[in-house]
Amino acid sequence: MPTPTGITRATLRKDLRLEWRSKDAVNSMLFFSLLVVVVFSFSFDPNAEESRRIAGGLIWVAFLFAAVVALNQTWAREIRNQVLDAYRVSPAPANSLFLAKAIGNFIFVSVLEALMTPLFIIFYQLRALGPTWQLLIVAALGTWALVVNGTFFATMSLRTRSREIMLPLLLFPISIPALLGMVQATTAILIGEGARVWIALLLSYDLVFTTACLVLFETVLNAE
Amino acid sequence: MTDAHIQSPPVVVVSNLIKQFGRFAALRGVTAEFSSGKLYGILGDNGAGKTTLLRTLAGLNRPTSGQVTILGAQKFHDVCHQVGYMAHPSLLYDEMSGRENLEYFAQLYGLADGSRCVEAIRAVGLDPDLTRPVGQYSQGMRQRMSLARALLNDPKLLLLDEPFSNVDIHSATDMVLLLSHTRDAGKTIFVVTHQAALLEGAADEFVWMQDGLIIGRTRDLKPPEGAN
Repeated sequence: MPTPTGITRATLRKDLRLEWRSKDAVNSMLFFSLLVVVVFSFSFDPNAEESRRIAGGLIWVAFLFAAVVALNQTWAREIRNQVLDAYRVSPAPANSLFLAKAIGNFIFVSVLEALMTPLFIIFYQLRALGPTWQLLIVAALGTWALVVNGTFFATMSLRTRSREIMLPLLLFPISIPALLGMVQATTAILIGEGARVWIALLLSYDLVFTTACLVLFETVLNAE
Repeated sequence: MTDAHIQSPPVVVVSNLIKQFGRFAALRGVTAEFSSGKLYGILGDNGAGKTTLLRTLAGLNRPTSGQVTILGAQKFHDVCHQVGYMAHPSLLYDEMSGRENLEYFAQLYGLADGSRCVEAIRAVGLDPDLTRPVGQYSQGMRQRMSLARALLNDPKLLLLDEPFSNVDIHSATDMVLLLSHTRDAGKTIFVVTHQAALLEGAADEFVWMQDGLIIGRTRDLKPPEGAN
């Protein structure tokens, strides 16, 4: 019998291979967030101090909207030719599929963040006054919060007609606590204040929602 | 046929199966038993309930009421590794080659041995070394690769929805021959098709559906009484 981790690995490898060949998700995310950075930089002309105060919000809003573009693509390949049915009739556990999709999205959004963060730093002349390494933790926890719920709600909107609209409608309200945590933690680190409380909030959010998504995913996947 | 074969329990038992989509009843109380080692042709007009029946057997549709027992189990998941399913769409990733597709699906069934993929691709008359992505295949090649995917796990029960659609007559005849050999190896095969003539001489029984019900079962292509 197949092992769940083996299937997660195989599905993740397959998704990365498909993305490498088509570059659908990464390209559209990249252009979208590039536009956001440029438009924001024309809209505001902050000094260094102001930049530190608003950058957290700007960065995460840009990443949130860009992530939705990738999340909408998550199931596009599975619906085309009804390939998802081939998975559903196999003995592979549903949660392996969910984890592979969530990890795949995490990688795509992380790549975007790695490419866009230097641009944010340049455009907004950012220099963190707090410990920069904590930004990596905030980025990892915040990105996981976005993709784990995003992957789940993208599955829920699979069978709806206007799923591109449905996904943000479902995802944004539930992401508010995580978004608050990401923005506040990033701002706190940039202005040199402690971000431990916000990091703890993000960690708790991730644990709760990852567990809830894993418990409910099979039901959502097989819903008619 | 041996006595043991005659007395073997049915592979599929469907009891008063009803499937509704909203207010529309696609299956309206189907009751039937199907023996092992036989090739069944499921026939009927569009909307007769053939695909819904097949999808319900494959565990993709939940019955509204009634029971389905497959290979002795009432939960499809308990026996899914013994079932092969081919749908009207290819169930393949367009961006990957046929072999890459099959290697991925093989892992879902815990088949680490790549030789099984090569074997399945050869069985449907395709070249396992073809590197072209499936999206560039002809419709006929796609159908055959889809059949290879369904055969991958060497299933005891094979559920095929329109396997011959858009396939040239030569390839379709080859597919029927392959299905006959598979049946002779003791597998049970359900084929939903509008090209019933292809199965004449190969199918053990034709199951006629109309308006969500099985209206008759025949050994030849002569429709049962009451069929439209």
